[in-house]
Amino acid sequence: MNWDWENARDSIPLLLEGLLVTVELTVLGSALAYVLGLVFALIRRARIPVLSQAVFLFVELVRSTPLLIQVFIVFYLLWPALDIKPSAFLTGVVALGVHYATYTSEVYRAGIEAVPKGQWEAATALSLPRTRVWTGVILPQAVPRVLPALGNYMISMFKETPLLLAIGVLDVLNRAKEQGAETFRVIEPYTLAGLLFLLVSYPASILVRRLERRVGHL
Amino acid sequence: MSEAQSTIWSSILNGLSATIWATLGGIALTIVLAFVAGLAMLSPSRTVRFISRVYVEGFRGTSEVVQLFWLFFVLPALVGFKLIPLFAGILVLGLNHGAYGAEIVRGAVQSVPTAQREGAVALSLSPTQRMFRVIMPQAVVEMYPPFNNLFIQLLKSTALLSFISAGEITEKGELLRPVFGSDLVFIYGVELFWYLVVAVVITIVMRFLERVGARRLGRRPATRTRALARVGVT
Repeated sequence: MNWDWENARDSIPLLLEGLLVTVELTVLGSALAYVLGLVFALIRRARIPVLSQAVFLFVELVRSTPLLIQVFIVFYLLWPALDIKPSAFLTGVVALGVHYATYTSEVYRAGIEAVPKGQWEAATALSLPRTRVWTGVILPQAVPRVLPALGNYMISMFKETPLLLAIGVLDVLNRAKEQGAETFRVIEPYTLAGLLFLLVSYPASILVRRLERRVGHL
Repeated sequence: MSEAQSTIWSSILNGLSATIWATLGGIALTIVLAFVAGLAMLSPSRTVRFISRVYVEGFRGTSEVVQLFWLFFVLPALVGFKLIPLFAGILVLGLNHGAYGAEIVRGAVQSVPTAQREGAVALSLSPTQRMFRVIMPQAVVEMYPPFNNLFIQLLKSTALLSFISAGEITEKGELLRPVFGSDLVFIYGVELFWYLVVAVVITIVMRFLERVGARRLGRRPATRTRALARVGVT
């Protein structure tokens, strides 16, 4: 079987439609991961009895088990238990967001720990209220330093979204599969799907590397 | 345990061997490719550096799931024969994680202080001796924590092999789901349990190796915080 340009051309609109879904999933999932990760990191730092330990255990459990199973758990177990029926897309956003929040919480933790001790002492000496210490002193110094790591996780997430085809999300790979099933020609759609991923993630990783040089490596 | 639960338990246990083989095979291939590509990126030859760069960026840039689909569904159409699912899985796991591992190897070798290399040259050690007696023992110790993370990432990726019916844990669980709908918590609980067990075993082995390697250099192993700080970028 050889490369068929016609089939390649025909599959592009469908693949681009899928790429849009993949990008949407990545952006929404990352947004959730960035917020939730910070919440996890702050709770763990606050050393609230029971809650902090529970978050620690949850983070460790989610981090060391496959995302695919977590997607199944959310889709087949969590939604029915809550008696709601969100779409496969939303399931993807939640599963990706929570899974990557366990990674980003470690990133935030390292970023917060990297803020020099003197900053805490100075904030205390100025008797700033607790929220001001965080929003005015610590986080503005911690967050820029972790931006490259957060960016890298967004790229990782982008490349991991195709596994959501297991629950029927119409992402790039699922569209490629669709096109392959329709024309009985799999070479072109799957190859183009791979190229699309490279086309987005490679420039993105170059941008992150540039950012790394500017803000320094954590 | 009810009868349904013991059926589920033994059925998922049947998939454990495929998961373990995929993990071990993937790790073996990852180590080989990581060292070959990682050292090639430090080669004086521009062509060698370029080829290893293309491999690393190519496999890091395209999605692992897409690679799996490509190898399993496209390659047969091109070459006319189909790979055994588990074998195709090991190949993709190794190729993909080998590309990530190459950066670990490159970084660790580069992090060995220049004075060590100069010292080895001053002692007129041959390039091979320099590499295997001076640079590598120091670089390898630095590699254990990031490789530990990479291997756990690889273990988690074995779940993707359910897409090509390699008969591992996740696939076994999904086959059980329609039949034992009321035992879903148990099914997923057992699956997660086994992944956690394998992940803990990997971590224990890697910590042990790191301690042995560090002791041979007369160093104390890295503390947990330092190891975690380095994980920041995967």
